[in-house]
Amino acid sequence: METLWFAIVALMLAVYVVLDGFDFGTGIVYLFVARTDAERRTVLHAIEPVWDGNEVWLIAGGGLLFLAFPRAYAAGFSGFYLALIMVLWLLILRGVSLGLRSHLESPLWREFWDKVFALASLLLAVVFGAALGNLIRGVPLNAEGYFFTAFWTDFRPGPAPGILDWYTVLMGVEGAAVLTVHGASYLAMKTVDEVQRRARLVAELGLWVIAALTVAAILAIPVIQPGLRRNYDAHPIGYLLPLIALGALAGLFYCRRRQQDIAAFLASSLLILGLLGSTAWGLFPNLLISSVDPAYSLTVANAAASPAGLRAAFAWFIVGFSLVVAYSLYIYRSFWGKVEAPSGDYGEY
Amino acid sequence: MASAVLYDRLQFALTATFHYLFPQLTMGLALLLVYFKSRALWGQDEHYNRVARFWTRIFAITFAFGVVTGIPLEFQFGTNWARFANYAGGVIGQTLGMEGLFAFFLESSFLGILLFGEEKFGPRAHWFAALMLLIGSWLSGYFIIVTNAWMQHPVAYTVAANGTLHVTSLWALLTNEWLVWQYPHNMIASVATSAFVMAAVGAYYQLSGVHAAYARTFLSTGVVAAATASLLLIFPTGHGAGRQVFASQPVTGAAFEGVFHTEDGAGIVLVGQPNMETLTIDNSLTVPWVLSLLVYQHAKAEVKGLDAFPRDTWPDNVPLLYYAYHVMIGLGTIFVAITLAALFMLWRRRLSQTTWLLWVLMLSAPFPYIANTAGWMTAELGRQPWLVYGLLRTSEGTSPLVSSGNALFTLLGFLGLYALLGLLFLFAVFHTIHKGPGDAEQSRQAGGAA
Repeated sequence: METLWFAIVALMLAVYVVLDGFDFGTGIVYLFVARTDAERRTVLHAIEPVWDGNEVWLIAGGGLLFLAFPRAYAAGFSGFYLALIMVLWLLILRGVSLGLRSHLESPLWREFWDKVFALASLLLAVVFGAALGNLIRGVPLNAEGYFFTAFWTDFRPGPAPGILDWYTVLMGVEGAAVLTVHGASYLAMKTVDEVQRRARLVAELGLWVIAALTVAAILAIPVIQPGLRRNYDAHPIGYLLPLIALGALAGLFYCRRRQQDIAAFLASSLLILGLLGSTAWGLFPNLLISSVDPAYSLTVANAAASPAGLRAAFAWFIVGFSLVVAYSLYIYRSFWGKVEAPSGDYGEY
Repeated sequence: MASAVLYDRLQFALTATFHYLFPQLTMGLALLLVYFKSRALWGQDEHYNRVARFWTRIFAITFAFGVVTGIPLEFQFGTNWARFANYAGGVIGQTLGMEGLFAFFLESSFLGILLFGEEKFGPRAHWFAALMLLIGSWLSGYFIIVTNAWMQHPVAYTVAANGTLHVTSLWALLTNEWLVWQYPHNMIASVATSAFVMAAVGAYYQLSGVHAAYARTFLSTGVVAAATASLLLIFPTGHGAGRQVFASQPVTGAAFEGVFHTEDGAGIVLVGQPNMETLTIDNSLTVPWVLSLLVYQHAKAEVKGLDAFPRDTWPDNVPLLYYAYHVMIGLGTIFVAITLAALFMLWRRRLSQTTWLLWVLMLSAPFPYIANTAGWMTAELGRQPWLVYGLLRTSEGTSPLVSSGNALFTLLGFLGLYALLGLLFLFAVFHTIHKGPGDAEQSRQAGGAA
């Protein structure tokens, strides 16, 4: 049951990164691909009906982590205190900028919120990448199962690392690069003309950056967390996940060359799922690895809620999740296709 | 580290209070929107569709602020209250997970259709989207109140070998007897907020002599809904909730009413200041026997005072709790007076000409927010010194390694950011109200034609 819940939480968070990832990516490339006010409104219109729903995957994923592994939720959220509060502030600023941007006609007002939106999206992408780096590298969990990390110490991963060290910064940049390409691929699929041309350009150039950074991140793993290989050696079927990621990356190069936008977006979604899946396969059964003593690590065994609670939750999870998949498919199908320039719906208030 | 608890509490109080300014409008407004959309759909009356569009714009701004200020609350269980999260996650993780999966997805999916899909999906689907938002937002309120009710009145748990709590029955958790009054009381209070706001906007248009047809609809709908809600808040929901507190948390009930000493035939204090030195109410105005009568239906019944309980189980800030409770009750009483007067004038068809009453209605919009806030302060201060009543003290729930300096830093950060958000929200809402329902409608059609 614990293993199943590990998979459920990992799945929820991976879907979150794929979905909210494209609207973060949209924010990162926003100022570059959309220059005029009409172009910017078109680009915003491509994410407006869905970004809020995408963010719910984070809240629901967090809620399910709390449900299944309360001890890991408590340790992780209090340990990354400063970083998480800043994530909250950035999420707030980003959401407000989307809500208020088109409220006034004033070009200065719009320019201001456009920049807030782009900057908050970029910083969030970096932070999420760095967060994944922290999970892989490990944190200084003590015998009571708690830790607290500063933003940075000496930028070296070690027994007392900061949230930022050279490895997690590398992962942060990797995260931003992957989401940039993901967002640009989304916009290439949803828009036409100049905006589409610029989005395709970003997506194409970004691919080389992703390829280089991914190689660097993989080469660093034996130094940072050699234990990540253990599950792969024990169950070689897990190698399918990195192979999927590799195939998706190759597919991205291929589709981008032929400008097949829909296939390229699907490939970049698959790339994200493959990368996160590979990480989860390597981390299991750990939720938080202790850099102090492996015995202090929080695992699915020592951090889980009661088996009876997990069984009961699984029953309603199946019902709720089916409903969620049904609405999400319905909404995405409804807003499928190229986005038109907005005609002044409620988004303009 | 002692002050870390204080900063953690202030931060949660700030973020929860500020957040709840938004959902208390949207949850009530969702109900009124469904009413308007139903009138438009079955009455074939386009006027109600235009009314609904205006309130949908207000709904959209408010909902966006509600979403972004809501995320910090779930996060803070982990960031600032890690020992509580670890201790109680086996129970409340269930309700918070359900809220995400059953309520938030429903709301966010159908909000997209409500805001961007009226032309694309047609009137029936648009009505359905409004209905789904109502169900989603009220479900979300339900799961949060289940969580709070469990903290007030823990049920359906066992203590595991490692000292943490595990849920024993989801059904018992979801049907906690505490919910019987707390849930309807809270939801009706949210209807009161939205109805007062609607009536206030109607009064503003009427007094300004603009948008006459809209002013009439806003006023009549707002006044009828506000009067109904104000009455239901006092009886039966408020009365029931109060009796429940006296039954399960008698020490809290005593602090609400400022009863320091146990007495037979206790009177009810209308005004007066609790004095914690002498343990009396200074300058009090008391009506004899009424408290015993209200709580136990017997004028001579014994009401236990604070002196009947050990001091370390008293709510830790009795005066603040007492004032919050009396502000709530006082405002609730004033709401009944205002709305009944307005209802009478509406019935006599004189409300639109009664300038003084329109002024009162317009200026009363902030007060349901104050009453709702005071109500939640009553619930949360009343639970002290416990985080989970009788099981875990608030001081035992914090994060062990988050220092007071860090907690103060983020508290101040939230304070600054939320001051800015409050200004932006008021600006956006006043701007929308000022532009009025008609103009946006014309520009919408002009934009659609071009």
